Amino acid sequence: MRKLGLLAAALGLTLAACGGATTTTDGDEGATSSGGGRLDVVKSRGQLICGVDGGIPGFSFVDESGTYMGLDVDVCKAVAAAVLGDAEAVEYRRLDSTERFTALSGGEVDVLSRNTTWTISRDTSVGLEFAPTTFFDGQGMLVKTDSGITSLEDFAGKAICVETGTTTELNLTDQMRQLTVDFEPVVFQDADAAYAAYSEGRCEGMTSDKSQLVARRSTLPNPDEHVLLEVTMSKEPLGPVTTNNDSAWFDVVKWTTYGLIQAEEFGITADNVATFEGTDNPDIARFLGQEGTLGTDMGLPNDFMAQVIAQVGNYGEIYERNVGADSEFALERGQNALWTEGGLMYSPPFR
Amino acid sequence: MTSATPDSFSSARPDAISLGPVAWAKKNLFSDWFNSVLTVVIVTTFGSGLFRLVSWALTTAQWGAIPNNFGLFMTGTFPSALYPRIWALLAIVCGLAGLSWGVLGRNVSTLFSRSVLIGLAVVCAFIILFPPTRPSSLKLLPMVALVAVAAAAGRQVARKFPGVGQLLSLAWFLSYFVALWLIGGGLGLTRVSTNDWGGLVLTLFTAVSGIALCFPLGLLLALGRRSALPIVRWLSTGYIELVRGVPLVALLFMGQVMIPLFLPLGSRPDRILRAIIALALFSAAYLAENVRAGLQAVPRGQNEAAASLGLNTPMTLGFIVLPQALKIAIPAIVGQFISLFQDTTLLSIVGLAELLGIGKSILANPTYLGRYAEVYLFLAVIFWFFCYAMSLASRKIEEKLNTDH
Repeated sequence: MRKLGLLAAALGLTLAACGGATTTTDGDEGATSSGGGRLDVVKSRGQLICGVDGGIPGFSFVDESGTYMGLDVDVCKAVAAAVLGDAEAVEYRRLDSTERFTALSGGEVDVLSRNTTWTISRDTSVGLEFAPTTFFDGQGMLVKTDSGITSLEDFAGKAICVETGTTTELNLTDQMRQLTVDFEPVVFQDADAAYAAYSEGRCEGMTSDKSQLVARRSTLPNPDEHVLLEVTMSKEPLGPVTTNNDSAWFDVVKWTTYGLIQAEEFGITADNVATFEGTDNPDIARFLGQEGTLGTDMGLPNDFMAQVIAQVGNYGEIYERNVGADSEFALERGQNALWTEGGLMYSPPFR
Repeated sequence: MTSATPDSFSSARPDAISLGPVAWAKKNLFSDWFNSVLTVVIVTTFGSGLFRLVSWALTTAQWGAIPNNFGLFMTGTFPSALYPRIWALLAIVCGLAGLSWGVLGRNVSTLFSRSVLIGLAVVCAFIILFPPTRPSSLKLLPMVALVAVAAAAGRQVARKFPGVGQLLSLAWFLSYFVALWLIGGGLGLTRVSTNDWGGLVLTLFTAVSGIALCFPLGLLLALGRRSALPIVRWLSTGYIELVRGVPLVALLFMGQVMIPLFLPLGSRPDRILRAIIALALFSAAYLAENVRAGLQAVPRGQNEAAASLGLNTPMTLGFIVLPQALKIAIPAIVGQFISLFQDTTLLSIVGLAELLGIGKSILANPTYLGRYAEVYLFLAVIFWFFCYAMSLASRKIEEKLNTDH
């Protein structure tokens, strides 16, 4: 009985110890969302809490030294650099796709940068605010080069591997029904299993988001023997997300994201941003906070974009180093090119 | 063989000694055509499988992902400047484990018997030779030495002061809080947010906490279910049946997603704490049934004998019934602990960077894309090591507590 009492005491102590540790770390977050101004909370905390996935090649992963990297992660860093002047002042919280929205609306994270597709229902009924898209993804189809398949119509009577329970599966069936192509869907619970089946020749095609297909293609035994078809079956605009009813904070995230795109359009990079000191181009001077009050109007330091670009780079640099030419994936810019180069990346004017 | 009479045993013995390997194989593996075919088929199937695995591991496999990320596997995104704290924790655990071993083995004639020495040699050889862990794990050799030294010291001390075992239990109990302090910081150490706990440290921490919490809870539930008081019985039965009818994943999601909705914003418990509670509540229901099976196996006469000696209910329970019941239930209880340890992998789907979760992050690193087999095999070896250690310990405890002769 004595031992039982001891165990019960241990139990109580453990809970108290963990609980105690909790209140100190989470205490300030709690006060945040009730107070309203998330921007002030982030400033007073001195750290941005950013929700990421932590396991998506090119978007968020952990490198050998334990630091988070990727396109989603760089967006977090940009926001931190804008608000706090330090791109490293970020705490990354790994979120599963099911809990990401509750974590955001519950105030556990300040901003969600986790491959989230912008849809009307999420924007309205879930109560989210979608900042500008940082990656235009779309559902694609991976086939073997020697299979002779060049379009979706060629899949009549052939098998396609797909992950079950995703919008990917629904899009595929919708698209094929429209084309009246009678194909055989082979569904898998798990992405790893689906790709393994595809590489073993269980199906002729493998469908998923293009960014995923490209990342996975480099893991197949002979990457050069596989090719992405020139079809896009769905629109998947991915970008950072905040909650409703906090316009000041949403503006910060929104204009920081636009700023990344605008910087690329201006041709300002991490390397050359210092050379624009005292520029005679009034647009750039305003953009970098040398003139006007664009930053201070938003509650940020006036040179917030100069900080972001110096520490993180512009959108083009972020894209190329994480998923583009400078990465393993060598993904074309495509829809993610600037509007001036035939893409969809467009920032409203900074004035 | 066990049922052999002394006569047949003594007559079989000289036979066994004179049997050479060829004769042994002929007797046991090739006694008739059917056994011969079976032997050949099994040996070729397993042999070729093993050969392929070994040749894959030595030639095709690219083990770089593991040594380069060894720190991540062990501690997740724990700041590397604070690694000495983790080493200190490991040293404490190794020292205590060695001492416990010495104290438990105080009556054995030699602590380092040949099989133990072989075991230690295998562990050292594994640390030195296993390619994936080579650079960082050489520091593990002093830890093995520490276990051995502590064991020898513990044995000497225990022979002089037999009461030292009690102190050791207390030391293990306190070491949990020292671990919490070393990992989490505070009280003079730099704080590490639970967000940065990860890898094997997180897996072990959640498993140990879960086990420590679920055992007393399961015990109480089992007693409650057999209680004579109807409300206690109904509540315990209701809880057990409710939790056993819900998958663990559902409980974990409820912990991560629903608990924050019920509580006011300021008092949101830590994610790791939520996960530990969900794990413990889940395992407690299963453990309760294991303990109940043990309780039912204790003959009624034991209760009656205790009552006739004038023992009251708590004494009967504490001194007569529970020791016997728990002894019977040890294999099932340890089985439950092992499954709890493995269930911690589910934490990766609620966003905690335990072993499997950090493995996923490492696999998303473009440098290590497609290294699934290597990473998952490495994780499997780690899990096997700890689960096997647990079942070995349970077998030792069973032997020690065995009173049937």
